[in-house]
Amino acid sequence: MSILIPVIAVTVIGLICAVMLVVASKFMAVKEDETFINIRNCLPGANCGACGYAGCDGYAHALADGTAAATNLCVPGADACAKEIAGILGVEAQDVVEQVAYVACCGDSSCTTRQYQYEGIQTCQAANMLFAGDGVCNFTCLGYGDCAAVCPNDAICIEDGLAHVKPSLCVGCGLCAKHCPNHLIHIVPDTVRTVVRCSNHDKGAVTRKACTKGCIGCKKCERECPVQAITVVDNCAQIDYSKCTNCGHCVEICTTGCITEANFTSLHNQPKEAAEN
Amino acid sequence: MIKTILYIVLTAAITNNYVLVKFLGICPFLGVSKKLDQAAGMSLAVIFVMLLATAATWPIYHLLLAFFHFAYMQTVVFILVIAALVQLVEIILKRYMPSLHASLGVYLPLITTNCAVLGVTVNNINDGLGFGASMLTSLGCGLGFFLAMVLFCGVRSRVAEAKPAKSVEGLPITLISAAIVSLAFFGFAGIIGNLFG
Repeated sequence: MSILIPVIAVTVIGLICAVMLVVASKFMAVKEDETFINIRNCLPGANCGACGYAGCDGYAHALADGTAAATNLCVPGADACAKEIAGILGVEAQDVVEQVAYVACCGDSSCTTRQYQYEGIQTCQAANMLFAGDGVCNFTCLGYGDCAAVCPNDAICIEDGLAHVKPSLCVGCGLCAKHCPNHLIHIVPDTVRTVVRCSNHDKGAVTRKACTKGCIGCKKCERECPVQAITVVDNCAQIDYSKCTNCGHCVEICTTGCITEANFTSLHNQPKEAAEN
Repeated sequence: MIKTILYIVLTAAITNNYVLVKFLGICPFLGVSKKLDQAAGMSLAVIFVMLLATAATWPIYHLLLAFFHFAYMQTVVFILVIAALVQLVEIILKRYMPSLHASLGVYLPLITTNCAVLGVTVNNINDGLGFGASMLTSLGCGLGFFLAMVLFCGVRSRVAEAKPAKSVEGLPITLISAAIVSLAFFGFAGIIGNLFG
């Protein structure tokens, strides 16, 4: 019999608590906008503040109220998230401007050679300490994969002595850019369509001997660019992306072919899982 | 009278500090002590919940558990009651005081079954305190938690500026500095007793 009292008492206490909570949640429920709940569910919940609002709740509220400027402000959620939000709100999806890394060097074995056989510690940093690396070009990608080693997303692979970034996997964290001893990796917005894939600052004749694809500073692109977005600084072309209209003219006329087209956004449009597969 | 009140509150807050001397409630102590406003918000929520929990569990123990001789169910009943109460308070806050809920509400679910809160209620019963003394002790414990959080928040910001070695960066250096702050608090042992004795 003695066991009955505690069992009944605890059950009754539990029941009272449960009924109290159910009644309270029924009568004091705060009506939340259905659009808000739907939007909040597709935001990643990282509360990073990249959108400019105080956390995901703030952004979702602003979107639901119609006060938010755009549906593409969530950087961690990227394009997949922007698409979902646009679907809920019934507006056209806007592309999220993410940051993406590219390698400013196209010197694989087809266009440049090695000046000596390096057999030391197999990292770019170590190789770079010996006569500025084993490449004939002193500004080349050394290909020992310091960038691939630090990449948290395995977005970089080394092929034929040259680092390649897979834009679909790149999250634009910039770790690789920090670890490249030759500072070849640049972080750019993924709206960029034209990139200079060379960082050689030697004079044209020296560059020509080192690599067939190197920028020789001929200034043809600088002269012919319709919006004057390209300048040659220290014998290497640089594109001012605030002026560039992505017309692609420089790609056609570049004498060595170091200015190339890039297409990051279409890859970013895929949801993360699909891109990985 | 005032002397007794001060004695109870200060003993609970400093010599028997729940975080630094009794090592209860370490989880929020390490987790939410990065920023001062968060640490203060969390501590205020803890003070509130401790008072509420004691006010609810003391009568339940003495009028129900002790009366019907099943005090061994204390832990289960206390957790049940505290968790339900905190949930209820959260619902009420959300409905009637959205601004307070926005600043305090995020911490409430974290505290529902916090060991410091449960520890206060259980210790009050074990020490055989009356209702008034229990409430004062809870207030003191809450204030002690507040003190520990704010103090440690300052320590952490200084540690972060000092750029510790990479091998101890993050949680390791936090635990080491928590240990040192805790050692410092052991220096208070006996002070309150002699002050009022």
